[in-house]
Amino acid sequence: MSVPAGSPQPAASARSPPQLGGAAALGATAAAPAGPGATPPQQNGPAQNPVPVLPGYGLPSQSYLAPSGAGKMTSLPLGGQCGSYYPGLYAVPSSSVGTPPTANHPGAPQVFGRAAPVPPAMGPTPGSLHGAVPPAPHLHTSASQPYPAFVNHYNSPAMYSASSPVASQGFPSTCGHYVMPAVSNAACASVSYPSLPAGDPYGQHMFTSQNAPAGRPLREPSLSGPKPATSHLSPLPPAPPAPPQQYHQQQSVSGFNTLSWSAAGLPPAQDNLSRNHTGSLVTTNNNPPSTVADSLSCPVVQNAQPPKSSPVVSTAFSGTSSTRTTPPAATHPAEPVASVPQPPELLQQKGMQFGDYVNNRASSAPTPLSSTSDDEEEEEEDEEAGVDSSSTTSSASPMPNSYDALEGGCYPDMLSSSASSPAPDPVPEPDPTPALTTSQSSKIAKPFGYGYPTLQPGYQNATPPLTSGAQPSNTVYPGFQQYAQQYPAVNQLSSSLGGLSLQSSPPPESLRPVNLTQERNILPPTPVWAPVPNLNLDLKKLNCSPDSFRCTLTNIPQTQALLNKAKLPLGLLLHPFRDLTQLPVITSNTIVRCRSCRTYINPFVSFIDQRRWKCNLCYRVNDVPEEFMYNPLTRSYGEPHKRPEVQNATVEFIASSDYMLRPPQPAVYLFVLDVSHNAVEAGYLKILCQSLLENLDKLPGDSRTRIGFITFDSTIHFYNLQEGLSQPQMLIVSDIDDVFLPTPDSLLVNLYESKELIKDLLNALPNMFTNTRETHSALGPALQAAFKLMSPTGGRVSVFQTQLPSLGAGLLQSREDPNQRSSTKVVQHLGPATDFYKKLALDCSGQQTAVDLFLLSSQYSDLASLACMSKYSAGCVYYYPSFHTTHNPSQAEKLQKDLKRYFTRKIGFEAVMRIRCTKGLSMHTFHGNFFVRSTDLLSLANINPDAGFAVQLSIEESLADTSLVCFQTALLYTSSKGERRIRVHTLCLPVVNSLADVYAGADVQAAICLLANMAVDRSISSSLSDARDALVNAVVDSLSAYGSTVPHLQHSGLMAPTSLRLFPLYVLALLKQKAFRTGTSTRLDDRVYAMCQIKCQPLVHLMKMIHPNLYRIDRLTDEGAVHVNDRVVPQPPLQKLSAEKLTREGALLMDCGSVFYIWIGKGCDNNFIEDVLGFPDFASIPQKMSHLPELGTLSSERARSFITWLKENRPLSPILHVVKDESPAKMEFFQHLIEDRTEAALSYYEFLLHIHQQICK
Amino acid sequence: MAFTFAAFCYMLSLVLCAALIFFAIWHIIAFDELRTDFKSPIDQCNPVHARERLRNIERICFLLRKLVLPEYSIHSLFCVMFLCAQEWLTLGLNVPLLFYHFWRYFHCPADSSELAYDPPAVMNADTLSYCQKEAWCKLAFYLLSFFYYLYCMIYTLVSS
Repeated sequence: MSVPAGSPQPAASARSPPQLGGAAALGATAAAPAGPGATPPQQNGPAQNPVPVLPGYGLPSQSYLAPSGAGKMTSLPLGGQCGSYYPGLYAVPSSSVGTPPTANHPGAPQVFGRAAPVPPAMGPTPGSLHGAVPPAPHLHTSASQPYPAFVNHYNSPAMYSASSPVASQGFPSTCGHYVMPAVSNAACASVSYPSLPAGDPYGQHMFTSQNAPAGRPLREPSLSGPKPATSHLSPLPPAPPAPPQQYHQQQSVSGFNTLSWSAAGLPPAQDNLSRNHTGSLVTTNNNPPSTVADSLSCPVVQNAQPPKSSPVVSTAFSGTSSTRTTPPAATHPAEPVASVPQPPELLQQKGMQFGDYVNNRASSAPTPLSSTSDDEEEEEEDEEAGVDSSSTTSSASPMPNSYDALEGGCYPDMLSSSASSPAPDPVPEPDPTPALTTSQSSKIAKPFGYGYPTLQPGYQNATPPLTSGAQPSNTVYPGFQQYAQQYPAVNQLSSSLGGLSLQSSPPPESLRPVNLTQERNILPPTPVWAPVPNLNLDLKKLNCSPDSFRCTLTNIPQTQALLNKAKLPLGLLLHPFRDLTQLPVITSNTIVRCRSCRTYINPFVSFIDQRRWKCNLCYRVNDVPEEFMYNPLTRSYGEPHKRPEVQNATVEFIASSDYMLRPPQPAVYLFVLDVSHNAVEAGYLKILCQSLLENLDKLPGDSRTRIGFITFDSTIHFYNLQEGLSQPQMLIVSDIDDVFLPTPDSLLVNLYESKELIKDLLNALPNMFTNTRETHSALGPALQAAFKLMSPTGGRVSVFQTQLPSLGAGLLQSREDPNQRSSTKVVQHLGPATDFYKKLALDCSGQQTAVDLFLLSSQYSDLASLACMSKYSAGCVYYYPSFHTTHNPSQAEKLQKDLKRYFTRKIGFEAVMRIRCTKGLSMHTFHGNFFVRSTDLLSLANINPDAGFAVQLSIEESLADTSLVCFQTALLYTSSKGERRIRVHTLCLPVVNSLADVYAGADVQAAICLLANMAVDRSISSSLSDARDALVNAVVDSLSAYGSTVPHLQHSGLMAPTSLRLFPLYVLALLKQKAFRTGTSTRLDDRVYAMCQIKCQPLVHLMKMIHPNLYRIDRLTDEGAVHVNDRVVPQPPLQKLSAEKLTREGALLMDCGSVFYIWIGKGCDNNFIEDVLGFPDFASIPQKMSHLPELGTLSSERARSFITWLKENRPLSPILHVVKDESPAKMEFFQHLIEDRTEAALSYYEFLLHIHQQICK
Repeated sequence: MAFTFAAFCYMLSLVLCAALIFFAIWHIIAFDELRTDFKSPIDQCNPVHARERLRNIERICFLLRKLVLPEYSIHSLFCVMFLCAQEWLTLGLNVPLLFYHFWRYFHCPADSSELAYDPPAVMNADTLSYCQKEAWCKLAFYLLSFFYYLYCMIYTLVSS
């Protein structure tokens, strides 16, 4: 009776297409006439034009999709950012034409993309194409012959689809274009700046780095940053030539690279990079510093780049060069040298080669041929013009240069974190993405990586001294290095080999035993990076970014028995809807999936021959559909393995009509606001209305966007905003036992049609209830009303609540006993008091409605019960304890900033996420906010970029017959523009059969986050003390299991493999977390909120919450600084979280994720206090201070730029507290010093002894 | 040949046991339906189907919850009857399950008024497979005890 899950599917799918198609067609037709805004997917491009282009965020990626249905793929920058990003890209070309504004036009990018890929057959040179294309989508037709027809199709979706098979083939995808321009650029550049090779990378880097910031939505600061970047841009043209060389070099001499690296004395971490471009760059940069490259690069840079760039270069080098003493092997220096004298033609050749290379690797367009000197000049001008015109352009232009960046949505990330991660990895960084982008700008190291989100370059250049002294965080690295050395040739040759394992090489660094009890400084001075799966270089490069997808064990044990022996948790940490700077978006008539398990085709499948591929999850052999045989990038036939789907681990598909039964839902936002006396007193309404007014135009959505408001106290008030009314009408429903909608169709109104009324209402709301005496709150009935209102469409409900609901359904009683707050025994009431909210959430989930809760209360509000409304409807929870506009201005400011992010971030509607894994593995428990609809399908009414998920895995069958396992998450959602999209991430990991390898691959951060999630479940279902015991046992078990594998080490203290050396520290941190601590007074709501955050935050943010970063900021220097845009961001080393680091003379900054503390010592240097805080001495610093004044002094600038850098791109904008030593607020600060002893908890050392004791028992 | 109280107990438990067997079978089917969504993946992703599926899940969970108490009480009735009839061996065989039922019934999250089978909680592969296994085990147990009761009934009727 139990039917295997997979079996019904083929049959069902076989018969379903026609039905679905029919239904979908109906839906589409129905949708088109339905409303002014209802646009069938294909029309999105044109339709969206009228929509205001938001800064990065607002511009839905869909605009690019316009080509949808055409069967071509476009590689786009992704998501929220893509909006600004994209235009930027294209802006360059457009500028050449002299019409910068067009760049913003969504349509333009597409066109450009199309035109750009000059088919080899076509006469037009890239340069000319560029010129022609940008102005308008249609204009480009003039440039290229084949396109006109296409354009037409394009405009009229229907026609297009009809002719699609043919037409689609004819059109090169944008990816291809990108490549092309890059090549041409390179060639041009080389001509104009023959001597640049060394310097080029810089230019490029600067470029790339800027891309990201520019593209990022919401980050105002970064936006400002890009300007400086523009200055750098000018060098861009030259940049391209360098990459080709380096690339070649790497490819051909990859073995060599690694060797030279190691010789150079770089930290092991860089090893991984060897295959990366970064690696090559570094080598080129570093090796020659004394010789050719240095001299070359500097002057070159000067010439090409504005002065600003030069400091970057110099500083970065200064850091590194000192450490790297050995001049590189012969080849490296030789390369740069050779390149310098090369005549333009040679360079061109290089460029061409590069192009070829790209083609080979990525199947990009073959074209480098066409570039001429004229073009080059044009190009240059274009570049500069682009730069001037907008910051975004700069970002755009780099794109074309690197194929990888283009194609690989995740490639950049990957590079940063997985491939190159050993050194500086983005993941653990304070700000994952922003950091990446910013770092890039500063980093010189990468020739190629636009995407390199990470700090690496900076770190590589700057931090080597630091890392070399202390243990590099990456353990895996060395092993890899060795491997590379042993088989230099293998790297290049063995791209087709499967994953490799370490077995043949000596034990990796990550296995080096560390005696925890004797190691005093266990915390590395730089953030901890994600370990890199030990795959071969090709797979490593293709693999998904650890920012989106991480596994607790990067080496998967072969059997459950082995996993049990290792005593480590096995699971995945996901951040599927993360804001990406670039992501290939694929539009195709058929989305290629495995016929039996429905896996999407991915880079890790194997092609048996040209017509068949073997699924990497279920091993079924599938046919390659005809359409897939054609590669729009190269416009070549018969190379299915070079399609972008197979070249990128993170891709996004535009779903065909098969994926929807009803027309995609519009963006619908409903606000449910508490207006009881308590709420009015707290004053949040003003902030909310203000913020909403400011962001009304930036709410993601299309012309169908709808919005509505409900307020409630003891009654429920609806607002009729129907177009045509002179002012909003308030309708009061006082029957809260049986709520009904007074006028069902005019409560949710079109945002654009009723904008004036909405604005009126928002202006009036804050003052409407000022004199209310109503203290009751009928939250339950209000939610029921909201549910009724939303059920026809689905959407997002934002609930603002300030007290315990006291009337009607869902009323709650206070359950907290203040005397029990610091109890060490039992913490009760972590679970919900009533099922009402849970049931309501399930109903909402069924109607595709998510409920987001903003709880702004000064007293106990039973978050444990209220949070259920968000937990099961895939919403999110924000909690502002003791919120008050005037009494607690820092919370008010935080609310304001959070709201801004909340209103403008990307959103996906009616989403589902399915996670698949290789046969033999199975998923059981999921963590996060969602409802599990069938065992592997998560139902997400809404998805937002700040949501993280975790999954626990078990191994059901032995994996002995496979060397690789893969995981694939597919997130199907409706974008705010009403388009069905599927975002697919695929992660590939090696399988190992020895315990040592399992330990070598442990990812301690992922493990700790998974454990935290499991502990939350445990404390709710069982008890808090159970959960705490389980956490301690997790460390004890895993370390004792490790100890037993290495018997000869047992005598000497508490041993741990390097990969797990932070495990006890993190577990201790977890035990002292608000969610799990006992003995310290913790309000129940605070505790529950911490648990909610653990459940739904992505790893990067969660890690900061668990283990804050502490920096000393009174002596910031530029040593090791990274350059973000034009700012110099100092990189102080991490301090351990112990009072011993709090010197009386110092000032320290603690980054807890959502809060920053600046602790000022009593004896702190008056210069610092004056220069940074703006007060003459310690005594005059006020008790409450939440801003750093903008002073012109150097130290103030450093401190501020560092803090801004840390703040960039986090979902919850942190508030800053300046804490004086001896002020009462310092307890808040001290509770985060987790290595110290408190009255209720052990110190780190004691904890280690405790563990040791347990192990020895 | 005597119609003793023990014989009556066995006859009654025979009938009730048949009911329990049906309960167990129904549980197995229900969990299987929860686990498997008999739809093609594309259908599953459909919002319309989502609603249907969710309603289904809630319905099943509701029924599951409804069945908990009857099942447990029937089984404890057995135990009481066998205790009264002083059928120690039979009682001994049933006591472990009785304790398990008590544990299941009272070991649920503190504040929740509901029993197990709460939709979000039950839709967890681990929980589901556990419940599924539990249902199979119970089915086997009830089947065996059915025949055992039958045998005992005849034995008590025939003997003495």
